Amino acid sequence: MPNRAIPAESKPPLVRMVGISKRFGGVPALQEVSFEIYPGEVHVLAGENGAGKSTLVKILAGVYSDYEGTIEIEGKPVRFHSPLEAAAQGIVAIHQELSLVPSMSVVDNLFLGTPLTSAGFVRQRDQRVRAKALLDQLGVEIDVDRAVEELPLATQQLIEIAKALGQKARVLIMDEPTSALSAPEVERLFRLIADLKARGCGVVYITHRLEEIERLADRITVLRDGRRVQTAPASEVSTQMLIHWMVGRELEGWWAGESRRAQPVRAASAPPRLQLENFTVLSRRHGGRPPVDSVSLSVEAGEIVGIAGLQGSGASELLMGLFGGYGRLARGTIRLNGKPVTIHSPQQAIANGIALLTNDRKATGLVLSLSVMANITLADLKRLTPFGWRRPRLEREVATYWANRLRLQAPSLDAPVDTLSGGNQQKVALAKWLQTRPQVLLLDEPTRGVDVAAKREIYELIYRWADEGIAILLITSEMPELLMLSDRIVAMHRGRITAEFTRANASADAILAAAMGSSVVSSPHPAQERMP
Amino acid sequence: MGRALLALLLVLLLGVIFNAEGAFFKIGTHRDALRQASVNGILACGMTLVIISGGIDLSVGSVVALVAVCFALMSIHWGWSPLLAVPLCLLIGAACGGASGMLVAWGRLQPFIATLAMMVFARGLAKTISGGMKVSTAIPNPDGTYQYVGVPSIFRFIDSRILGDNLSLVTVIFLICAAIAWLALSRHRWGRELYAIGGNEEAARLSGVPVPIAKLKAYIACGLFAAVAGMCQAAQEQQGDPEAGIGYELTAIAAVVIGGTSLMGGRGGVGLTLLGVLTIGYLDKILSINAVPEASRLMLTGIVIVVATLAQRGRRG
Repeated sequence: MPNRAIPAESKPPLVRMVGISKRFGGVPALQEVSFEIYPGEVHVLAGENGAGKSTLVKILAGVYSDYEGTIEIEGKPVRFHSPLEAAAQGIVAIHQELSLVPSMSVVDNLFLGTPLTSAGFVRQRDQRVRAKALLDQLGVEIDVDRAVEELPLATQQLIEIAKALGQKARVLIMDEPTSALSAPEVERLFRLIADLKARGCGVVYITHRLEEIERLADRITVLRDGRRVQTAPASEVSTQMLIHWMVGRELEGWWAGESRRAQPVRAASAPPRLQLENFTVLSRRHGGRPPVDSVSLSVEAGEIVGIAGLQGSGASELLMGLFGGYGRLARGTIRLNGKPVTIHSPQQAIANGIALLTNDRKATGLVLSLSVMANITLADLKRLTPFGWRRPRLEREVATYWANRLRLQAPSLDAPVDTLSGGNQQKVALAKWLQTRPQVLLLDEPTRGVDVAAKREIYELIYRWADEGIAILLITSEMPELLMLSDRIVAMHRGRITAEFTRANASADAILAAAMGSSVVSSPHPAQERMP
Repeated sequence: MGRALLALLLVLLLGVIFNAEGAFFKIGTHRDALRQASVNGILACGMTLVIISGGIDLSVGSVVALVAVCFALMSIHWGWSPLLAVPLCLLIGAACGGASGMLVAWGRLQPFIATLAMMVFARGLAKTISGGMKVSTAIPNPDGTYQYVGVPSIFRFIDSRILGDNLSLVTVIFLICAAIAWLALSRHRWGRELYAIGGNEEAARLSGVPVPIAKLKAYIACGLFAAVAGMCQAAQEQQGDPEAGIGYELTAIAAVVIGGTSLMGGRGGVGLTLLGVLTIGYLDKILSINAVPEASRLMLTGIVIVVATLAQRGRRG
């Protein structure tokens, strides 16, 4: 990390968070985390997916008010019950999802909630003048009467920042602000951040990109599994240290001694089961950065290939694009067993023996109002209903088979899926795809929101399917899971594959570094977390 | 199922108590109650398909008028055979539903807007075709006099009674429509697809369900049912009235909702709709045999819709 002036810690902090804990329905998301922000500094918050970064800043920004611990602003204890209250104290968050109203004009958005009024009437002309002044500060020249949705995403983000400035923000929270921005847009954002620092604002910056940490950070706090690992001035933190803090969990408990599958043997002459060449997924937004950029990759029959990708890496989009979920936005060559295939819809993917377990079973995986049986048969309905008429007995047989094989615990096969636990819902989603008899199985976070016992069962199932010859492409944000399950690992960063690891040379540190966009770093403890 | 059945039983109990000096216990009263509920029932069957897929069809009342006008023109004025007129009328209904369905499935219009447009358009078309006049057995001559013709046999057939005068044929048609809708929803792949789309459209799409086609078919089916209802309406009134069917879409939606099918889609069924249709139909009949004025009847129906829907919500917590 480059040397830079360390903010004078002799000055009192703008914000001091002490002993913050937060649970989501019994599951601890944050435990005893302390965090300070000083004037004129960029404080980077780093950690793997699910480490608790977003939860921490949401507490600071008043989104969650039921937490333990205290927040002090300039020495005075506060407790926010809404983002509006936080904004009144000068704490403004720019979240990953923008909070602008797309159909409203720029000026109306800037003064949404805090309009300039006299006697209850909006002073439109004054608002327009103020809006122009705010945007001028950021070097944005746009017609303030245009609807926000007509403007490019980067401009929208700048408008959001202008809105924060208009609210006299003293602490600005940015959660992955560059994930959708192109290089020049990023540059403009960075100049603005420098400007904010010069004015004495504090900036909390969440990112997964090493290059951004190197360039922006004055201080770095690393979270892991809801706890604070370290806070240190950026000048004292090497990339290696940072990565190790983020990964640093010891392989513990039952999976340390887990027996592994034998490496799949490839028939020398057979073409790979799945082969991608220059696979690209174009952005929905005109001129936007493609979420997946010229990826080439192959998976053998019976092989488990893990993709390490942090938020915004494009890994999920790669699987969804391959499955036809983006229609014609997905470009490039897909070969199955050596033969090129066209996949522009999920139906075509299923017909070609490709199955996708999505990363959000409630939103995109299951129809929660339908029964277990209806969900298990949904993707294979065409084959189960010859001539269109359903055969209830056959459906029940199929559902019973999978319920037994996956050891599903459900009140009955006719119970709606929303009455099942998370782990059992996930098993229903898996059963749905196995019933299609896939030759390629795409798994996006197969153990998300699943308890430990169900996780272990799912691991065993994944091994078994690979042994049966299914080619598996796997995304998981849990490093031990990735290391344990994968025969081969590729790391993705900003839509591209940045590194590839075999079992022999994979280490958690090196994988994470590649996923954060660094050239390969050597692990400080090479022996400890190697794959066996 | 339980609560919808309870609502119907309560209404029937009301009939037993306020039996209008025994009129409620006469079979003719029930025959007429069912006859009067049949057109709404046929519409509600189609509406159930669309609502389960997460949509709505506001155009059915206008399609009833359009088809009634066309059916009367073909049968009375032009003297066409029912073998020609009936399929053509079904085609007209299917075309109306198909147009709405395409706007919803591929044009990505909200169902409310697409079918609202069709509701206005079909009403205008009905008025254009009929010249704004009722199409009846009195055919106007160019010189202002009228020429009278007989009621066509197909009209008399549809409005006939069977089983020794104890059951209207339109009620049988209604029950056949309900059976078809039930078969589609409960025994056909398409029905499962509609439930899946209404429950979670994105999950359905990602499970390979042909979402646009399934939706299109639902609107076409709804149009077909509306055409059947339109022909029954024409036969019962012995004319094609371009002003017929105003507000029928809302009664049909009310029947579906009272049954307990969710307007959000994904839950419900034809059996429930049947109960809803009977609840509304009997309530209306009981109030009318007790000579309750129409104004009060409307207010009571409104209250029943609210109470029945609140009861359904209570069930789901």
